[in-house]
Amino acid sequence: MTPVSYYLVLGAALFAIGVAGVVIRRNLIVIFMSIEVMLNAVNLTLVALGRALGSTDGQVMVFFVMTVGAAEAAVGLALILAAFRSRHTIKADELNLMRW
Amino acid sequence: MISGTIGAALDASWRPVLAPAVVAITAMAVMLVGSRLGEEDSEGLGWLTFSGLALAALCAFAAVGRHAPAFAGALIVDDYTAFFYCLIAVCAAMVVLLSLDYVPALELPSTEYYALLLSATVGMMLLAAAGDLIIIFLGLETMSISVYVMAAIARRDPRSSEAGLKYFLLGAFSTGFLLYGIALLYGATGSIKLEAISRALQSSALAASPLVLLGLAMMLIGFGFKVAAVPFHAWTPDAYEGAPTPVTALMAVGVKSAAFAGFLRLLLVYLPALHAQWGGALWVLAALTMSVGNLVALAQNNVKRMLAYSAIAHAGYILVGMTAAGGAAGAAVLYYLLGYAFANLGAFAVLVAVERVEQPGTTLADLGGLAKGQPMLAAAMALFMLSLMGLPPLAGFVGKFYVFSAALQAGYVWLVVLAALNSVISTYYYARVIVAMYVNEGAERKLRARRPGLSVALAVAIAATIIIGVDPRPYVEMAAGAYASAAGIARSGVRAAFLAH
Repeated sequence: MTPVSYYLVLGAALFAIGVAGVVIRRNLIVIFMSIEVMLNAVNLTLVALGRALGSTDGQVMVFFVMTVGAAEAAVGLALILAAFRSRHTIKADELNLMRW
Repeated sequence: MISGTIGAALDASWRPVLAPAVVAITAMAVMLVGSRLGEEDSEGLGWLTFSGLALAALCAFAAVGRHAPAFAGALIVDDYTAFFYCLIAVCAAMVVLLSLDYVPALELPSTEYYALLLSATVGMMLLAAAGDLIIIFLGLETMSISVYVMAAIARRDPRSSEAGLKYFLLGAFSTGFLLYGIALLYGATGSIKLEAISRALQSSALAASPLVLLGLAMMLIGFGFKVAAVPFHAWTPDAYEGAPTPVTALMAVGVKSAAFAGFLRLLLVYLPALHAQWGGALWVLAALTMSVGNLVALAQNNVKRMLAYSAIAHAGYILVGMTAAGGAAGAAVLYYLLGYAFANLGAFAVLVAVERVEQPGTTLADLGGLAKGQPMLAAAMALFMLSLMGLPPLAGFVGKFYVFSAALQAGYVWLVVLAALNSVISTYYYARVIVAMYVNEGAERKLRARRPGLSVALAVAIAATIIIGVDPRPYVEMAAGAYASAAGIARSGVRAAFLAH
């Protein structure tokens, strides 16, 4: 059987890729996709840990994460669309009406 | 007799969640009624929302003194929960009063607006009552997703959609961190129940494991974003400035109180075993948050943006209290939140009243000469600024006094020195608002005819800011009782530590 640490490392790597994507990329859609990668890294971690611990809490949690992720996707894409309609851009750098 | 019948009809396990349930049902009622009404009836929907929130506050108040875990410990119902249920419901109701003439004036979609306001309130309440990691996550997200949309709801204003988008992106990003922290903490301790996690961490071997430490760090980052602690505050000024003003008030008061309610319960009540680890991190966060918030606020000309940095600075003062940990500090933070909430709500109410229809502006120039045209509004704004500044005998002063002295007692001398210095700095930018209103000349302005709702909200905020500060004892008792019931320690102990200074 594959040891649980393999899954944890994979989860951590995916999470890091997601974080790097949010920090580095400037396209709003790609940033949003990177956030989804982060959430799925967490899901993988939760499932692996739940199986290793022999408890169902981890698996149940994944359902909630997926549901909330879907709600976030709906709201996020709508917000990106609304911003695109008023500003005609999906580059994060060009959303700069407000500055300190 | 009637109340007895209703009480019997409600299964005992439902009673603890009565307040959020009432709010959720009101949200559905608003959606149903709103779909039948035209947009011109937005004020009716507002009053429906208001009555639902008032009922929820009453339900929460009636539940004071009951202690029960509900839904197998997923929700904790105690005086701490009741305290935050009441605070959140009252804040949301005040935001409704602020919105009554703002929503039609900006032609915001009223059904969506009020339904989202209510669902955000449900999320805040769940977060305050959370007894396991799933509810923390769900409460936080129910609140946040609703507020993302509310921030972007003024579709004709490009700043509003930009505010919503920025808030959303950074909020969702921080959710990833929080969730990863939750997963790691669950993996290390084998449970999602806060109670069981707390028990598992009594063993020092586990408390020092890298999985726990990494999980804790991730959760600190996640909550740091939500309470707008520096360096996780980048979204705050933009989201506060771009969102419609009543929504900004909700973010500054409701979202912040609820996030701190969850954060405080998690760290102080359930993870005191890890205080050696998170105490140092919070020390740094508190110092940075106060200093950056106050210094950048000095440079702001837009009052809404200034209040955003002021909210960051106040989060820093609250973090000082949390760093200190212990009964007196926990109770002091609850009291602080009370005073902070009303002063901020009042300040935003004044901004709502001052914003003009044709050219919504909240810069210092827009406030110029307000004292001549609108002496009452100007006096109210000055009062709120003085309370936020921390001038005796107002609520803000007493709150700061309790928080700082609790931190002093716990031995955090340098942090308190820094906090006191920051308070001094903050007088400058709060005073600038007062100077603008009383000294500067302003252009002739024609304000919108004010409806009674806004005046009521202002009156409540003024009264609360004065009363809570002048006669703090009953509110101190309330805060001490609330924190003691959450921490499972004797109320008298908290009170004694509190009144020692």
